[in-house]
Amino acid sequence: MADNLAVDNIGLDRAESRLAKSLAGFKLGDTVFHLLTLAAAWAVLILLGGVIASLVLGSMPAIKAFGLNFLSTEAWNPVTEKFGAMAPVYGTIVTSLIAMAIAVPSAMAIAIFLTELCPFTLRKPIGIAIELLAGIPSIIYGIWGLFVLAPFLQEHVEPGLIASFANVPVLSKLFAGPPYGIGVLTAGIILAVMVLPIVTSISRDVFETVPPVLKEAAYAVGCTTWEVIRSVVIPYTRVGLIGGVMLGLGRALGETMAVTFVIGNAHKIAPSLLAPGTTISATIANEFTEAVGDLYTSALIALGLILFVITFIILAISRYMLMRMHQQEGR
Amino acid sequence: MAIYDARRRSSKFYLGLCYLAVVIGLSWLAIILATLLFEGLRNISPAIFTQMTPPPGADGGLLNAITGSLIMTTLGVAIGTPLGMLAGTYMAEYGRYSKLTFFVRFINDILLSAPSIVIGLFVYEVMVVRMGHFSALAGAVSLAVIVVPVVVRTTEDMLLLVPDTLREAARALGLPRSIVIGKVAYRAARAGLVTGVILAIARISGETAPLLFTALNNQFFSTNLFAPMSSLPAVIFQFALSPYKEWQHLAWTGALLITLAVLALSITARVLQTQRRAK
Repeated sequence: MADNLAVDNIGLDRAESRLAKSLAGFKLGDTVFHLLTLAAAWAVLILLGGVIASLVLGSMPAIKAFGLNFLSTEAWNPVTEKFGAMAPVYGTIVTSLIAMAIAVPSAMAIAIFLTELCPFTLRKPIGIAIELLAGIPSIIYGIWGLFVLAPFLQEHVEPGLIASFANVPVLSKLFAGPPYGIGVLTAGIILAVMVLPIVTSISRDVFETVPPVLKEAAYAVGCTTWEVIRSVVIPYTRVGLIGGVMLGLGRALGETMAVTFVIGNAHKIAPSLLAPGTTISATIANEFTEAVGDLYTSALIALGLILFVITFIILAISRYMLMRMHQQEGR
Repeated sequence: MAIYDARRRSSKFYLGLCYLAVVIGLSWLAIILATLLFEGLRNISPAIFTQMTPPPGADGGLLNAITGSLIMTTLGVAIGTPLGMLAGTYMAEYGRYSKLTFFVRFINDILLSAPSIVIGLFVYEVMVVRMGHFSALAGAVSLAVIVVPVVVRTTEDMLLLVPDTLREAARALGLPRSIVIGKVAYRAARAGLVTGVILAIARISGETAPLLFTALNNQFFSTNLFAPMSSLPAVIFQFALSPYKEWQHLAWTGALLITLAVLALSITARVLQTQRRAK
């Protein structure tokens, strides 16, 4: 009997120590996993830090050589190693502005249609179609722009623009010939087509946050559909809309392939929108692998840095706006 | 009555503009897809999948480009997904209310739409310059950098959708958090997590800009990760801008292949999501 009891006690001790061991194992595993996920979260921040640091380091030779003049020089001459960012920066901003001028009103109109006017059965298919289009890679838009849009504009649209604005003071400068087909305007239009689905799907999501009660109240006092949209839906969603537009702008500024195909890669600032130009991303994509010499490479990386800083600011504003909208919604 | 008519008219006018925008926008996008189908299918043949990219003026296929794209995409997802999932897990589970999470979420959302060409420059500086030559590995890493924010975002969103009562029930049994996450939260959010990875694949399979100066391009078949590798987007870029008809045809076919792949992936992701919701 006594022997058996002793054996049982030993067994119990063993079981207890095994339990303690596995509990300790749990604890260890938990700590390790916790630290692992924490490290991964930090890695995301480090990734961004790494991007900024590598761009700054890489562009150091160019910054040292040109200083702030880099921003205000138009010349881009690999032979004499004279580089300035003005032409690509100008091209980036102008193409993005053209794109936003076309895409924002159209996207809002489509979003209004989807939330206010569309019959329920069509709402989902059209919404899905737009979201699928937002996922199509930009190189597809680029190749289409090069082979279809550019020749079309060259033959049918640009001659008309040049002729009809020939005697109008400012516009004659903006639409001065010859019609190349590829150029700043074409790039802007392609960008608009690319950004359209993105801005549309955000605007639609934003419009859907308007409480039906508000709209019904406006209808009840006799507002027409347009008046409801203009004085209830749009003011209510203003912050979110700006966020969505900024997000589209951030995409347009950094977009590479769609633009590279159709911009013409000419390092000059032409007053005409029909003339070939270049953007920051197109310059990098076209010239980086062919860049000979440290200064040339460095100048291209400096362009990348400028682009990153601009888009970072725009995207940060966009996120801030969208965040504010969600907070409002929560209240 | 005149004022009512005027208001009604202006309403009709603006709503008419909305309809017009829908028609123009959708038909524009339809034209792009139709051209793509027409030009891509016109030149499709078995040779596309069995032959290498040709020299100018000759017939050939896209085998090396397709293989290269598959290898780099797979590798990119394999590198980026674990990192993204772990970070997303931290944000939704361990550090749900921490300052770090708030900050990471903000930065991650910015990385999500950051210009991909800049990521190419980053990987060029970090890997290509160090190694001294272009390589498929560098291409895969640059794709992984694009995968991370996509996966972080979906992982966090999907884990936050898992009801806390499930976690509390498991915790009440005495399970440590790591096991609660692994056996309960991940399992409940599985469809969503898979969706995130599929979306990430769709996102990088057409990505061109970061590959141009990391993986470069390769005219020949190569599976060597430490040498330049061909990829569909890079081939499309090179061939479309060339003056040779055969190359341009191949570029269109390549564009069609990418689009079909991306659309198939996005539709799969969408179906998974709706199944989740239906449950």
